[in-house]
Amino acid sequence: MADIAIPESTDLIPLDDAVTPAAADAHGHGDHADTGHGDSGHADSGAHATSTGLSNNKLAMWMFLGSECLLFGGLISTYMLYRGRHAGSPSPSQLYNLPLTSVSSFVLLMSSLTMVLAVSAAQRGDDRNTSTWLTVTALLGATFVGAQVFEFTEFYHEGLGFTTNLFGSSFYTLTGFHGVHVTVGIIMLMALVGIINRSKVPGNKAEVVEMIGLYWHFVDIVWIVIFTLVYLIPS
Amino acid sequence: MSTEHVVVTETGGSHDAVARDADHAEHEHGMTDKGYVVIAAILAAFTAAEVSLTYMHLPGWIFMTTLLTIMAIKFAMVVSYFMHLKFDNKIFTALFYSGLFLAIFVYSAALTTFHFFSPG
Repeated sequence: MADIAIPESTDLIPLDDAVTPAAADAHGHGDHADTGHGDSGHADSGAHATSTGLSNNKLAMWMFLGSECLLFGGLISTYMLYRGRHAGSPSPSQLYNLPLTSVSSFVLLMSSLTMVLAVSAAQRGDDRNTSTWLTVTALLGATFVGAQVFEFTEFYHEGLGFTTNLFGSSFYTLTGFHGVHVTVGIIMLMALVGIINRSKVPGNKAEVVEMIGLYWHFVDIVWIVIFTLVYLIPS
Repeated sequence: MSTEHVVVTETGGSHDAVARDADHAEHEHGMTDKGYVVIAAILAAFTAAEVSLTYMHLPGWIFMTTLLTIMAIKFAMVVSYFMHLKFDNKIFTALFYSGLFLAIFVYSAALTTFHFFSPG
């Protein structure tokens, strides 16, 4: 139960600007329970009153992303170990289409920009721009997945199937897992656009947009690593 | 407008600082939209540099070191600026990087057991 007090050593805020957690939730700014931004001292997005003063949702998302590092670390390590085992199929350097992958990497990188612009718009309570940037992000993500499907098809026609050799298995597993993550991200983005457009309370989705943004950026940083280690460094 | 001031205190003792407006929201992570565009442009330039390197015939160790350095810089830039870790609470940084460094340590050890780093 919250109690109201006037401690001696705290910053005072005008009553007109003060919002109780319940009232804050009602208009989507329920995230100011405490300092989520250690350096800036600003409130954190989406936090209710918690023992840590941080948003539990955000804490869980960062924990999830930390654990995802282990998942992709395992997949990348397995690929690194088996990339030379390509008997019965062309070698990685013969298969890879670097110009295509470079363009799709650039597309995914730019989707991170549009995603962060969506988060910025959501934090301003600007639903129209939030929906627009989220849609652009989803389209860029779909372009990336389309390029990956094209690449997989090309590789298959050149003789690299999933079970052809260890290189094929580890390559398809690694890049396929990443592609599935991007696809899940696209589904979440489009669902969020639908939710925002149907929302009766404008400007109250900042935390949700930020959470999905974190996921999307993570998918991007994983690709930064995959692009360098898999495509740019020859076996 | 009332001149009365109030601080809402939660049971745990933390204080609610709850005032925010549109301007505040734009700058709450220390970055403007223009700043994000600049970061994206730098990332694009790094990507172009990475691809260009593959067409140059550099000695192996220079090529590898440069590529891995650029990769690490790009990674850090996205995490710091786009994911706001640079401006966010350090607990989030600790959570994410502990997972990342655990992964690097565990899989480096695993690769070492398979003699991945052994020459030849």
